[in-house]
Amino acid sequence: MTAAPQPTQAGDDSTEGATPLTSTDVKFFEELQGLISYIRSAKREIAALAPDEIRDKHIRAATDELDAIVGNTEDATGTILDAAEKIEGIASKLDIEPGMQIADAVTRIYEACNFQDITGQRISKVVTALKTIEVKIESLVKAVGGVAALPGDPLGEQAKKDAELLNGPQLPGNAKTQDEIDALLKNLD
Amino acid sequence: MSVDKNMNILIVDDYKTMLRIIRNLLKQLGFDNVDEATDGSDALQKLRDKSYGLVISDWNMEPMTGLQLLREVRKDTKLKDTPFIMITAESKTDNVVAAKEAGVNNYIVKPFNAATLKTKLVTVIGEF
Repeated sequence: MTAAPQPTQAGDDSTEGATPLTSTDVKFFEELQGLISYIRSAKREIAALAPDEIRDKHIRAATDELDAIVGNTEDATGTILDAAEKIEGIASKLDIEPGMQIADAVTRIYEACNFQDITGQRISKVVTALKTIEVKIESLVKAVGGVAALPGDPLGEQAKKDAELLNGPQLPGNAKTQDEIDALLKNLD
Repeated sequence: MSVDKNMNILIVDDYKTMLRIIRNLLKQLGFDNVDEATDGSDALQKLRDKSYGLVISDWNMEPMTGLQLLREVRKDTKLKDTPFIMITAESKTDNVVAAKEAGVNNYIVKPFNAATLKTKLVTVIGEF
């Protein structure tokens, strides 16, 4: 690190003709050097985090795993529905009472299979969050390297408003119930 | 006037599982003429090719969302009166308000049950 310049003394030949440095100038240089040292240290720490590895290995692996979960649950739900449809077909050939009971149970299975859509959407939200982290890391790396990339805004005003409405399934407690939705719709009539 | 159970119904969702569940529940209610679309633009094409008595659509789809589909339907002089039910996990007040402003007839929040679907169908298309 370069040492901070010293204030000039009266009669100092080496600074003859130059504007003498005041103690404020020296303080400014010291602070500037402190800042440079801080940035260098931050760069080292960011490099130690291996952002490329986070992006190329960890985030990609996490995204792949989540995609696999979506695929697996979709396959499993398909199998459950295959079986439920078969049972429903058999139920229609039975006497009314047992047939109705089985059909009712099959309806519960159909309702329960809603989970696949909900979990799929929740996982998509996590993937979006991971991709956001990836972009932020990329920007940080570029900024530290002196190439700050400003993200563009490819969306129009209406599309932007619409995008703000896409929040997916809410966590329990935040989600509106069907009754609350119905009351809201009634108020809007 | 009773509902014609032979009417064509278009269900729109990007999840195959959800399409299958809605189709099966509609079948249990006696509606057999059900077509499927996987996003708004696919649905819009089908709506222009064939007459439908009801649209049941998800919201969050690409490239065209259910909300955009609803707006397109309401803008189209031939389609504008088609009953439209939104069936979605989007359950914020802003979503319901936006759908209502766009002209939705009713709104079902996921996960839903068969009884809710039946109630909403009766509200929108009448007793069956």
